[in-house]
Amino acid sequence: MIPNTPRITPELVAEHGLKADEYQRFLELIGREPTITELGIVSAMWNEHCSYKSSKVWLRTLPTSGPRVIQGPGENAGVVDIGDGLAVVFKMESHNHPSFIEPYQGAGTGVGGILRDVFTMGARPIAALNALRFGNCHHPRTRQLLAGVVAGIGGYGNSFGVPTVGGSIGFHGRYNGNILVNAMAVGLAKTDEIFYAAAAGVGRSIVYLGSKTGRDGIHGATMASAEFGADAEEKRPTVQVGDPFAEKLLLEACLEIMKAGCVVAIQDMGAAGLTCSAVEMGAKGDLGVELNLDAVPCRETGMSAYEMMLSESQERMLMVIADGKEAEAEAIFKKWGLDFAVVGKTTDTLRFVVKHKGVVEADLPIKELGDEAPEYYRPFNETPERPVLTPADVPTSVTLADALEQMLSSPDLCSKRWVWEQYDHLILGNTVQKPGGDAAVVRIEEGPKALALTTDVTPRYCEADPFEGGKQAVAEAWRNLTAVGATPIAVTDNLNFGNPEKPDTMGQFVGCVKGIGAACEALDFPVVSGNVSLYNETNGKGILPTPTIGGVGLIDDLSKTMTLAFKAAGEPIYVIGKTEGWLGASIYLGLICEREEGAPPPVDLVAEKRNGDFVRALILDGLVSAAHDVSDGGLLVAVAEMAMAGNLGAAVDSHCNMAPHAFWFGEDQARYVVTAAHGQGSEIVRRAEAAGVPVTKIGKTGGDRLILPGDRSIFVEALRDRHETWLPIYMSSMS
Amino acid sequence: MKSAVILFPGSNREHDAARALKLVAGSNVNIVWHGESELPKHTDLVVLPGGFSYGDYLRCGAIAARANIMGAVRAHAEKGGLVLGICNGFQILCEAGLLPGVLVRNAKLRFVCREVFLRVERADTAFTRAYRKNELLRIPIAHGEGNYTADETTIKQLEAEGRVAFRYARADGQIDQADGPNGAINGIAGIYSEKLNVLGMMPHPENNIEAQIGRTDGRGLFESLAAALKAAA
Repeated sequence: MIPNTPRITPELVAEHGLKADEYQRFLELIGREPTITELGIVSAMWNEHCSYKSSKVWLRTLPTSGPRVIQGPGENAGVVDIGDGLAVVFKMESHNHPSFIEPYQGAGTGVGGILRDVFTMGARPIAALNALRFGNCHHPRTRQLLAGVVAGIGGYGNSFGVPTVGGSIGFHGRYNGNILVNAMAVGLAKTDEIFYAAAAGVGRSIVYLGSKTGRDGIHGATMASAEFGADAEEKRPTVQVGDPFAEKLLLEACLEIMKAGCVVAIQDMGAAGLTCSAVEMGAKGDLGVELNLDAVPCRETGMSAYEMMLSESQERMLMVIADGKEAEAEAIFKKWGLDFAVVGKTTDTLRFVVKHKGVVEADLPIKELGDEAPEYYRPFNETPERPVLTPADVPTSVTLADALEQMLSSPDLCSKRWVWEQYDHLILGNTVQKPGGDAAVVRIEEGPKALALTTDVTPRYCEADPFEGGKQAVAEAWRNLTAVGATPIAVTDNLNFGNPEKPDTMGQFVGCVKGIGAACEALDFPVVSGNVSLYNETNGKGILPTPTIGGVGLIDDLSKTMTLAFKAAGEPIYVIGKTEGWLGASIYLGLICEREEGAPPPVDLVAEKRNGDFVRALILDGLVSAAHDVSDGGLLVAVAEMAMAGNLGAAVDSHCNMAPHAFWFGEDQARYVVTAAHGQGSEIVRRAEAAGVPVTKIGKTGGDRLILPGDRSIFVEALRDRHETWLPIYMSSMS
Repeated sequence: MKSAVILFPGSNREHDAARALKLVAGSNVNIVWHGESELPKHTDLVVLPGGFSYGDYLRCGAIAARANIMGAVRAHAEKGGLVLGICNGFQILCEAGLLPGVLVRNAKLRFVCREVFLRVERADTAFTRAYRKNELLRIPIAHGEGNYTADETTIKQLEAEGRVAFRYARADGQIDQADGPNGAINGIAGIYSEKLNVLGMMPHPENNIEAQIGRTDGRGLFESLAAALKAAA
């Protein structure tokens, strides 16, 4: 018997975030009025967060395959072959809305969720990264949100036992009411021991594993699919509470029962909990699923079917167990002190049936819940092109030295040590390059192979020109991997945007996805996993378009990796790539001139590939002693970062007629700064000329100061002091 | 040499410790489940590894200190057997009463992961003979509750008996509590038991053992243990 109370009113439908036409479609699908539990289930499956209904048509345009790709988007995480029978498994996911409401738990459960995605596939997590965006540093909530998010990420990752090796942080007023927390996890698995979500075999036990189900996080995914209004604070109960200790036990228990051959299919309970995991397992395996909620381990008494189906309690898994392996699997879970309960079975009906206390609370067609989700080709406006600024359009009276000091002690370019020292970045003993460089480097098992990892995006470029900005995010990730000597192999993307129902915002999304696609295509850098976060708006004001790219690169021999620190005095410094003095949408323009305008630097993908391949070869052949990607802040910022890292000065000069501020702070793409290893300068120049790669000598290392052309010199130690202290001082001061 | 690394629910540096024992000390290593009541026969060294045993809920180390296996660890220590507690292991040793004092939250109330300077206070124990007295080591820390404290009498006694193993130091070797990473009294980073056979320390020597990864200042501790056990055999 299907209960028909309460009656489903239009108000109730709206509260569940379903549009009238979406509800109509659902009615037609099932041919009767749904139960409240069914309404909850469909709202969970068809919300933006779970169904990708606004983004799917565009995501399909991304390049997702390649010779190394074992699993592209659509599973819990992407899987890429790295040789020797091993695969790297990775994904990035947002936890923006929860982190704004409750930063510690929101960020922590973001980390927990993405770690689960990775070990659900059979991989042991070996590294975590993140990409964070906060509001203006003068906004009254920024400090508290930053402190809470960082503590939350550390609190979860440190306890779980995965090194947090890298990330990026930026500040802008457009995130005042909607911060971004994107978490990425990277794991290692054997290529022939990857586990998937698709159920197989009729009549097999479906088992619930992990922590108990409580009333936390109910409608979390629906909340994450709506804009914030003045009532954001009231949404606190929709935020989940994390328990990294339970997750660590879950990891060990899952890997143990996988090894014991007990697992046919596995899906973590993330967004929309039991609903989403059960439907996905069945739908992907072309099977029905029948759940008996009486068996679900509950933390609280009197939970209804509706609450159990929509709870987002953390650290839970759903599995289909191999025939005859139930007892063995149960013993392993009991050993780790975790709940293990048979909560259902696979069927051949293609129905999703939920029973509770003898009542059928839901009986829905399982494929349609997933496959028939609405899909929208939303109208969009292309972002108007901005004018190109020439150096003459950017008059300045600030000296190079003053500008450099100001930039390096600004929120965006200051040292983020205060943040990453709160993350255990050394656990597991494989961190070759810790945070603070172009990319983190993590050894694979006993070496000599290693992975290079980075997260990148420049939202102000995406705002100015979504297509170029999308390209740039990919290109910068690719460059950062290249600068440590890695071969970039694949990316995960985390697309954070405002309300897609607004054509201007949708235009940003479309432009960025096209840009990402073009760059991934040109750079042989397929997208293997990802996540879309829309409705990042508060009171109608959207964030800057922020398509974060998580890049993974492979290093064959970690003794040939490169760092950005200057190594020895007397070495010539070269810039690889063409410098044209592009100041539009630059940090210099925003910070020194207080102007946010102009077209961003165009990304020439052919030049990117050529220059990057050239630099990587220099590194592998031992011709350079330091390498650094040129990005935010331009050439002089890059040189200063290398000097501070190496505690060694340099004398630089542009030797050209370009306006100095354009030459030194312009943000032209496809560039690197390198220093020549002993006596290799002429060989670098010879090779560059042969390869048609622009190369310019801009100075020489040495001394304890940065000696700038026609300007005062700056002591490296003093500069580093300013660079390192901005954030700690900011965080300890009261506003 | 035969070592037992105890695995509690929530331990997470057990592999790092086991790796250092194998790689540097050439030790045979057993990972021992907390529910066991005996150590493997002929265990020379017991290691309580870093991590967040029982989630650090209640109080760091408090639940693990009462785990089944701890009876055997205590008996091993009482017989004069070697016990090394690193980070969470140090917290467990204090909670179990095998070492005096307690580790409270870092003075700045934040978790900190950083390479610090450690001064070797004595180089004549089973754990430190490969070092020189007053040698400065660079070893990472990674903890939120590493602020060592104890009552005045205990601190006086530890100092008088030479039971401070390592102190957080500045780059010039001087000790300044205010400059330390966590506010520990007298810069204490590690202490010995009365008979010098039990060492608890917050820093992670097991993470600085390979030139490929970074510095190798942690090797001396494992080399010392290997040499001490070889000499005793």
